[in-house]
Amino acid sequence: MSAPQTANRIDTRFQQLHADSKRAFVAYVCAGDPTLDRTIDVVLALEKAGADIIELGLPFSDPLADGVVNQLAADRALRAGASTQGVLDMIRKLREHTQIPLVLFTYLNPVYAFGYERFHHEAAAAGADGILVLDLPPDEASQNAELKPAPDLRHIQLIAPTSSPERIKQIAASAEGFIYYVSRLGVTGTQTSVATGIAEQVAVIKAASNVPVCVGFGVSNPDQAAEIASKADGVVVGSAIVRLIEQNGSSPDLADRLLAFVKPLVDAVKAV
Amino acid sequence: MSTATLPLPVMPDTHGHFGRFGGMFVPETLMAALTDLSDHYDRARKDPAFQAELDRLLGDYVGRPTPLYLAERWTEKLGGAKVYLKREDLLHTGAHKINNALGQALLALRLGKKRIIAETGAGQHGVATATVCARFGFDCTIYMGKVDMERQALNVARMRFLGAKVVAVTAGQATLKEAVNEAMRDWVTNVETTHYILGSALGSHPFPMMVRDFHRVIGVEAREQILARENRLPDLLVACVGGGSNAMGLFHPFLNDEGVRMIGVEAGGEGILPEKHAARFQGGRLGVLQGTKTWLLANADGQIELTHSVSAGLDYAAIGPEHAWLHEQGRVEYTYATDDEAMGGFQELSRVEGIIPALESAHAVAHVKKIAPLMSPDDIIVVNLSGRGDKDVAQAARIVFGEDIFKM
Ligand SMILES: Cc1ncc(COP(=O)(O)O)c(C=O)c1O
Repeated sequence: MSAPQTANRIDTRFQQLHADSKRAFVAYVCAGDPTLDRTIDVVLALEKAGADIIELGLPFSDPLADGVVNQLAADRALRAGASTQGVLDMIRKLREHTQIPLVLFTYLNPVYAFGYERFHHEAAAAGADGILVLDLPPDEASQNAELKPAPDLRHIQLIAPTSSPERIKQIAASAEGFIYYVSRLGVTGTQTSVATGIAEQVAVIKAASNVPVCVGFGVSNPDQAAEIASKADGVVVGSAIVRLIEQNGSSPDLADRLLAFVKPLVDAVKAV
Repeated sequence: MSTATLPLPVMPDTHGHFGRFGGMFVPETLMAALTDLSDHYDRARKDPAFQAELDRLLGDYVGRPTPLYLAERWTEKLGGAKVYLKREDLLHTGAHKINNALGQALLALRLGKKRIIAETGAGQHGVATATVCARFGFDCTIYMGKVDMERQALNVARMRFLGAKVVAVTAGQATLKEAVNEAMRDWVTNVETTHYILGSALGSHPFPMMVRDFHRVIGVEAREQILARENRLPDLLVACVGGGSNAMGLFHPFLNDEGVRMIGVEAGGEGILPEKHAARFQGGRLGVLQGTKTWLLANADGQIELTHSVSAGLDYAAIGPEHAWLHEQGRVEYTYATDDEAMGGFQELSRVEGIIPALESAHAVAHVKKIAPLMSPDDIIVVNLSGRGDKDVAQAARIVFGEDIFKM
């Protein structure tokens, strides 16, 4: 198959950041929480706050790698009727307003049910740039004929603190877009302290790959964000933003509150 | 009848695939632990010392071998095939689940892990796990859906007496699937110190293979026992299928015996309508859940559907991947029994044989009730009585007598 003809927004964004010697701020939210329409406002607010990349959760009923904050968000989205097609349609609408890179963050079953390749085509056509499937390790992707890497989207891979050096090499070899280094064992959720050993692991990953490394899992305040930004190419913040949406989902000033919360996080990352 | 070409290839492959089913669909955080588990299991199963220790404890502590009992009065009443019961209900803790819990506990010793977690539906796997944790001095946490804790209150109390911490899971429909999610979350977080004793032939590799292997003793014994008794193999094996461990244990040693037909009985609940049953081969679809590719109950968007069964142990949206493969091969047939039919089986076996089966096993009993009368008196059926019904008495009394036995 041929490579995508147009430059991918994720790659372009990292090239810019690299040229400016800046770190990336990656924000996660669950599509459809509290509604698909509001997700458009949420993404635009995050962009206004300075986010570089948005990870959009395609909600799944059984998110076993997520903590309670993200589980509840997926629950709210599904109850509000966020279908797979609905999320793709929302992305298409979003693209009328913004060119911010979008990574779909999900589990395999919704993608598989839609049709693995078909999902890639239609998500890319709608305006998505990448995909991270939490329960699809590269080993399975390469061993299942029906899960052949589809070139339409960048496949973002996870690396964990438990990943061995050999495994890091293997994952890094096929990495696209960026690598998401999960900085601690556990499910998603906010933490009061930054995990240890991040700089060391990031160095191991960077030695094995030429894509940027973003670090996340548990970042909730500017100090943590700055500390991580000093050790990696980007910082991912998820649950802390999702919790703010949980608390203010129906409030008319949701966008302002997001801006007020996320801007200091972004500033901390950009100051590094 | 089997339409598969025998002998079947050895399954799974080294990555845990049963044909296009199975595999290791887990977050990266767990890959290291699963690979480590696979390696240790591989070494353990080839180690005569491991096998000898397991056999010794299966004998002295668990109570193996279990009898293969000719149900004479029931056979007479059914008026067809001769029915034998494989009496896993007589094992320590009351169900087959302990075969696997013990095997994995011995493995956890080798892994050097001091903390054990498990999910449970009916509570039998939770009790079995709590039991082996008490026996070996492991710290033990059991995840159980809140709905299941209510319908299996007796088993919750047993786990507590055995020293386990029982954590109520309230997400979703608060049954087995949610308990597995919660156990996986714990495992992802504590993987360096903790072993997860998964309770059925489900989830990521190596669990479906390993759990099956630890239960194979059921079929190995049954085969020897029927040969000694009847000087021939049975015509039909019947077992209930939740995740599929008791069925895999009975079926596996017979898979290449041409003349042996096998039927797995799923939970038909209130009938095959959306959210009213747990029969994955009726109205299910192919998908990926909790680490494995298999048949499951989900909507067109791949969101997992609610399930229902009177029996907590069968009330689960996915079936073990090896069953999906055996179904595709045409080697094993799958059918279902409804709640009402299972309650009928529960009462009939109690009255006619003096054996109160677990509600899970009662699904297999219910199918034998249907099929045995259609067979010849020369035919032989072996049904896996996977557990005893003590745990279900309160729930059954509510359904059959309309009584709350704790308020009499
Ligand atoms: C007695 C008994 N039989 C059967 C099952 C179903 O599990 P499986 O299909 O893994 O044998 C259970 C599960 O709790 C059980 O307790």
